[in-house]
Amino acid sequence: MRYPVPFSRWSVLFGAVAWSATRLWAADMGEALTTIRAVGPEGQGNAAAAQAWAQVAGAPADQLPKLLDAMNGANERARNYLVAAAATMADRQLKSGGVLPVAELGDFLLNPAHQGAARRLALELIAKVDISAAEDLMPGLLDDPAPELRREAVKRILDAATARATGESKGVAIALYQQALGFARDGDQVEAITQGLKDLGRNVDLVQRLGFVTRWQVIGPFDNTGGVGFDKVYPPEVAVQLDAEVEGREGKVRWKEFVSQHEFGMVDLNKAYAPLKEVAGYAYTVFHSEVAQRAEIRLGCKNGWKLWANGQFLFGRDEYHRGAEIDQYRLPVDLKAGRNTILVKVTQNEQKEEWTVEWEFQLRVTDPSGRVLRSAAPADKMALR
Amino acid sequence: MKHIVSRSLPLLAAWWSLSAGSVALADWTQFRGRDGSGAVAEASLPTALDPQKSVRWHADLPGRGLSSPIVVGDRVFVTCSSGARQSRLHVICFNAADGAMLWERQFFATGRTMCHEKTSVAANSPASDGQRVFALFSCNDLVALDLEGNLLWVRALSLDYPNVSNSLGMSSSVVVSEGTVVAQVENDTQPLALGIDAATGLNRWKLDRPKMANWTSPIVFRDPATGRETVCLQSGKGLLGVEPATGKELWNYTEGASTVPSTAAAAGVLYVPSQGITAIKPGAAGQAPTQLWRANTLRPGTSSPVVSGDRVYTINGAGVLSCGNVQNGDRVWQLRMKGPFSASPVMAGRFLYAPNETGLLQVVDTSKPEGELVSEMELGETILSTPAVTTDSLYLRSDGKLWRISGG
Repeated sequence: MRYPVPFSRWSVLFGAVAWSATRLWAADMGEALTTIRAVGPEGQGNAAAAQAWAQVAGAPADQLPKLLDAMNGANERARNYLVAAAATMADRQLKSGGVLPVAELGDFLLNPAHQGAARRLALELIAKVDISAAEDLMPGLLDDPAPELRREAVKRILDAATARATGESKGVAIALYQQALGFARDGDQVEAITQGLKDLGRNVDLVQRLGFVTRWQVIGPFDNTGGVGFDKVYPPEVAVQLDAEVEGREGKVRWKEFVSQHEFGMVDLNKAYAPLKEVAGYAYTVFHSEVAQRAEIRLGCKNGWKLWANGQFLFGRDEYHRGAEIDQYRLPVDLKAGRNTILVKVTQNEQKEEWTVEWEFQLRVTDPSGRVLRSAAPADKMALR
Repeated sequence: MKHIVSRSLPLLAAWWSLSAGSVALADWTQFRGRDGSGAVAEASLPTALDPQKSVRWHADLPGRGLSSPIVVGDRVFVTCSSGARQSRLHVICFNAADGAMLWERQFFATGRTMCHEKTSVAANSPASDGQRVFALFSCNDLVALDLEGNLLWVRALSLDYPNVSNSLGMSSSVVVSEGTVVAQVENDTQPLALGIDAATGLNRWKLDRPKMANWTSPIVFRDPATGRETVCLQSGKGLLGVEPATGKELWNYTEGASTVPSTAAAAGVLYVPSQGITAIKPGAAGQAPTQLWRANTLRPGTSSPVVSGDRVYTINGAGVLSCGNVQNGDRVWQLRMKGPFSASPVMAGRFLYAPNETGLLQVVDTSKPEGELVSEMELGETILSTPAVTTDSLYLRSDGKLWRISGG
């Protein structure tokens, strides 16, 4: 087909302008994205980032993959500038009747090397254009390394199982629950699946499945009258000597072994000693890692607590009885190949209400995506030395 | 293009600085309204509620929340949280006229999202200075947007101060005064109050606060004589008045206060949930406020007090509405309502509107000698959020819906 000459000229002209504009945007985008990625603590870089945000959000939608790519390695503050810009670009494009670069977004989504939140955003952008395509992509994400995608895929199976848990489809529900269990990494999802199976007569060893550390050496009680014990440095914080005898709140105390039998791996210091108030206790274990690796120590605790890994203080929190849940606190840690020590201090306050009795914690070790890491050697007393 | 943007910015900033703070009197710009009284004196709302006639529109919301809507001009702003562990944060702008969503911005939570199942991550109400919207969430992410949804700045307070969190959830709403956004992120471990430059998101000041959980919201007190603003920070220790721009202490009421219901203000007096209700009048800087009266009989439950004219109203934990005299704290009447209540009541003219947790919106004519329940309407959803009021409408939200109630 031959276009009339004037139309052809206009097409060339418009094409050239569009090409130039895109090139201009692409060049400016890079600088603007760098500015956004430079935002730092306490609002540093915000003023410049706001200008850059306007520029990025005003870019044509074909720049979306570049924007998503900028999320790779971006800090969490910058990520929030970028996610808002992406949605703004996409919404403007769709409202004006334009299209999104779905194929490129798909490529981005399916590349596990990209950052999980950015890939999740790519999926959501695809869903804005074609919700059924996004649904169709979901089963393929069941074993995805990105928790943001894997969780959603597991949820769909979990929902399907729950919908069949009553009535004549119980057998199907069991199969679906078991499939979900095979891929779930988030503690709350595993707990929900386990409960669903339990309701259908199938028991799951939650401790094994979630990898709770159950074998510990414990020592206590130390004084925490009026909360003074949280900051007070007792001997275990100076050095863990499992055969030492040290001064506790009511005389000499020694380390002793405590193995949790709790279905959620709770290390209950009230069981190790007695129900006590205004006390502090310590629990110590060794985790053998086959390789040096980035990991997370994941803690659930409704008492005050402090945690050290390989003698380095990671974090602590002086809060009592506001609630606890699996993976309540996620503490990034670099595990060494071989022996890694973990020391937990747990403090109990003075409250007398029935819901303030607990003096306990649960702990597991995972990789950053939530995959359970298990100690390569048992944490028996000899191994702890 | 870049040059056009950069050349335009100084002009834009100048215009902004001139116009910032130009809040229309009809706007409801923060939790319990612009003046912190919870009341609009000149308002005309339906008092015989009818689901067919009184609901001007309702809109679906994409996530949970018990933050209050705020109203700026012809726009209504709402925050929500959704997704896995409520880690997706939403700021949404609706057209007040018809409930159409004008824009939505989403963010990732950077702090802990754990909270009690009754509350949610979108528990803190947003605030506006008339030009910008500031939205804080339980995970301590704070974002600033202009009214068109353009992102101005982002703060991740849990990254800046890693122990500002509460495993039950945080709920203190932000206020904005004299170009400073004030956020109380107070908890058992790292309790802070922050004054943040509304234009840049940089800290203007940071105060260490009493080490205890605190779910109350700051309030902006305007001295009727001078027009000078003071930001009042409530905690279990009492109420601290600070200069908005510097955080400098102006006065301190130290006789304790609740950590759940928040202080109300009207006509130069603060009504503090302290040993019941304690009415105080701030004086000169450096001087302790004058205690006008204290009334244990007006002790509020979860809901904050509301003040209108010469009356202060509270709802106690048993769902009993008390009307007190602002002159002396004497209880004028009591009325048993259908509770329980988490939302604070609001006033439009002489009528008090109180949604209970089951979604029953109740209307009380406070001009009657003993107060009179004149109407109620079932909304069919749990309501924990305090409504917003304008001269002709009431806006309230659940986890799933936003309603506009009006007569026309």
